[in-house]
Amino acid sequence: MTTARPHYSSGSDTVAFVRQTWAGLRVLLVLTVLLGFAYPLAVTGVAKVVFPWQSNGSLVSSTGERVTSRDDAVGSLLIGQAFDGPEWFHPRPSAAGDGYDTLASAGSNLGPLNEDLLAAVEERRTAVADAEGIERADVPVDALTASGSGLDPDISPAYARLQVARVARERGLSQDEVRALVDDATVGRDLGVLGEPRVNVLRLNLALQTMGS
Amino acid sequence: MSAEWTAIGQIGIVVLVLAVAHRPLGDYMFRVLTSPKHLAVERVGYRVMRVDPDAEQRWSTYLLSLLGFSLASVLVLFGLGRLQDRLPLDLGMAPLDPAGAWNTAVSFVTNTNWQWYSGEAAAGHLFQMAGLAVQNFVSAAVGISVLAALARGFARHGTDSRVGNFWADLVRVTVRVLLPLAFAAALVLVAGGVIQNLSAHTEITTLAGGTQSVLGGPVASQEAIKELGTNGGGFFNANSAHPFENPTPWTNALEVVLLLLIPFSLPRTFGRMVGDRRQGWAILAAMATLWVAAVGLLTWAELAGPGLVPAAAGGAMEGKEVRFGEAASALFAASTTMTSTGAVNSMHDSLTAQGGGVALVGMLLGEVSPGGVGSGLYGMVVLIVVAVFLAGLMVGRTPEYLGKKIGRQEITLVALYILTMPAVVLIGAAIAVSVPAGLAGQLQGGPHGLSEIVYAFASAGNNNGSAFAGLSVGTPFYNTLLGLAMLVGRFVPIALVLALAGRFASQRKVPEGAGTLPTHTPLFVGLLVTVTLVVVGLTFVPVLSLGPVVESLS
Repeated sequence: MTTARPHYSSGSDTVAFVRQTWAGLRVLLVLTVLLGFAYPLAVTGVAKVVFPWQSNGSLVSSTGERVTSRDDAVGSLLIGQAFDGPEWFHPRPSAAGDGYDTLASAGSNLGPLNEDLLAAVEERRTAVADAEGIERADVPVDALTASGSGLDPDISPAYARLQVARVARERGLSQDEVRALVDDATVGRDLGVLGEPRVNVLRLNLALQTMGS
Repeated sequence: MSAEWTAIGQIGIVVLVLAVAHRPLGDYMFRVLTSPKHLAVERVGYRVMRVDPDAEQRWSTYLLSLLGFSLASVLVLFGLGRLQDRLPLDLGMAPLDPAGAWNTAVSFVTNTNWQWYSGEAAAGHLFQMAGLAVQNFVSAAVGISVLAALARGFARHGTDSRVGNFWADLVRVTVRVLLPLAFAAALVLVAGGVIQNLSAHTEITTLAGGTQSVLGGPVASQEAIKELGTNGGGFFNANSAHPFENPTPWTNALEVVLLLLIPFSLPRTFGRMVGDRRQGWAILAAMATLWVAAVGLLTWAELAGPGLVPAAAGGAMEGKEVRFGEAASALFAASTTMTSTGAVNSMHDSLTAQGGGVALVGMLLGEVSPGGVGSGLYGMVVLIVVAVFLAGLMVGRTPEYLGKKIGRQEITLVALYILTMPAVVLIGAAIAVSVPAGLAGQLQGGPHGLSEIVYAFASAGNNNGSAFAGLSVGTPFYNTLLGLAMLVGRFVPIALVLALAGRFASQRKVPEGAGTLPTHTPLFVGLLVTVTLVVVGLTFVPVLSLGPVVESLS
């Protein structure tokens, strides 16, 4: 083999360890310059030029246009937001803060046998059925459960479709017009198999708002 | 049927990508770990660092270098956490408390990435990118370095226990493997919508007239290495369930591929380093068998949605995102717990009892299927030694593996390795359920509460980092104890593996004889999988019975 390092006897193990720790500190500092500054700043620089919209958070204006300035934005297409009024499509229940609080992303973390969660599911089922005027059994699962992030931007196509009648009524639009918006906003699985079909609630409500004005 | 077929389809895509990529990447890592040449930039680096990359180290010196580097890392990260309010880009975050800073420092240095804090509420940008993300790289490189040392132990004969040079391994893996892959992956993630900027969090008015903060941060650069290095520490609290970390089904598939990529490629590297590719194939087969079984079981559990709440709601969507659904969440959950990554794209606390049980067992197998980068493979090699030893006992011959005798001292090291993790998990959990400070953390009592605690110590002891997040762990009790569990769970096994590497490197090669057990056959793969399951089974059946098993039966 090649040249040998001096081998320390057990008596000077402490000295050896201190020396190795100093070496470790030097190595860490050099690697921090590379990995902690050069790398993230290089990614940031390239991203800013090549993907300015995405790197800033996929923001949209009130007219649905892509914007990079936060001053012009009503939200991010990737982040769910609260829509409570009957004239809006509603998102899923959220466990992030008081609902869709981006500073407190979280799920409920309640387990599959939890009685409180069961009660919450039944309460939501009643509330959605009443609001939409449908049978309790017809409320889809995503309307009854909180997402993992609490910021889920999407609902299932089923949940979007059953909100059409209410939204059309509240906005004085025909159901066909609103249903067409839902169809437009419905996205299938990526590559046919990845993930699930979904409807982006902010995108749908933006289309609704733009149409109404 | 369509749900099942699409589930199989997305598993198939992941498998296909890995099948194509593992050979070239494994070969490339072989060259990185064995080439005598340094890159020009590395040579400059070594000069600045004042380390000699060509000195062949005995296993004990290799270990001292590794421990010295890790100690320096813990101290620096602890300091950054305590002082983060004085750093630029601090976003007004308070310094971490001492127990919290200790926990986070150990967590990221040990490649665990257990997180008691919520990223968006407790960590400034500079702390994340110059502190946490740096450890995402180097802790991964440490794991691969240890594996390289072990492989050299088998490849070398009759040296005075020299197993390579830690500094060269660390720097090469970082610069030549992790950095280029992470850079490319980060940009692809940005294309998919993962954010990458240095902005602070800004409040805006939403469409409906409410307010919401738009978050900023160098997320993609951290996300890429978080998966690639099997780290798992999220930039945000919701981790890969957060749309800014994982915005679409295809970024989700990419993240699953990234976290499996290196662990499934290293068997190739190992096979080439020990001069017998078939050995690599056999290890890959054992790892893949366990991974496929776990993915299958977890997917079945989540799609079937058994249990009180999923049955009442019509599906197991609590804690899951619509864009992923049950199947992509199950694929991620199985992959993250079987690789020691610990990132989550759904909340594991809300998995079905059966699904959560599979995730827990995935960690308790000791993270070998395929396990963390490097650590998964050296863990598997330890289990191979156990399997060879058992087979040797059955036929009454001195066991050997890759031309090295498994004598009394070797098997002692292996036995200590096997015992370390269960001791950490069971003693840690036993302490937590015995004291009020431990019990107070449970969100839910009964069997699910026990699962929360056992999951926490399984996660820490195996350096996984995922959680049944209902458990309130941001307390001095849990931060201190789990920090200790992570530390012991990482460095005691590493010390034992390096000692084993040193012993093998100093042995002469035993010529293969008629009595040598071939370790590349399907029969041996079956034996290895069985040994893996039996070891964990015997150790953890009692505690699993009281947690997920009781829950599944209720």
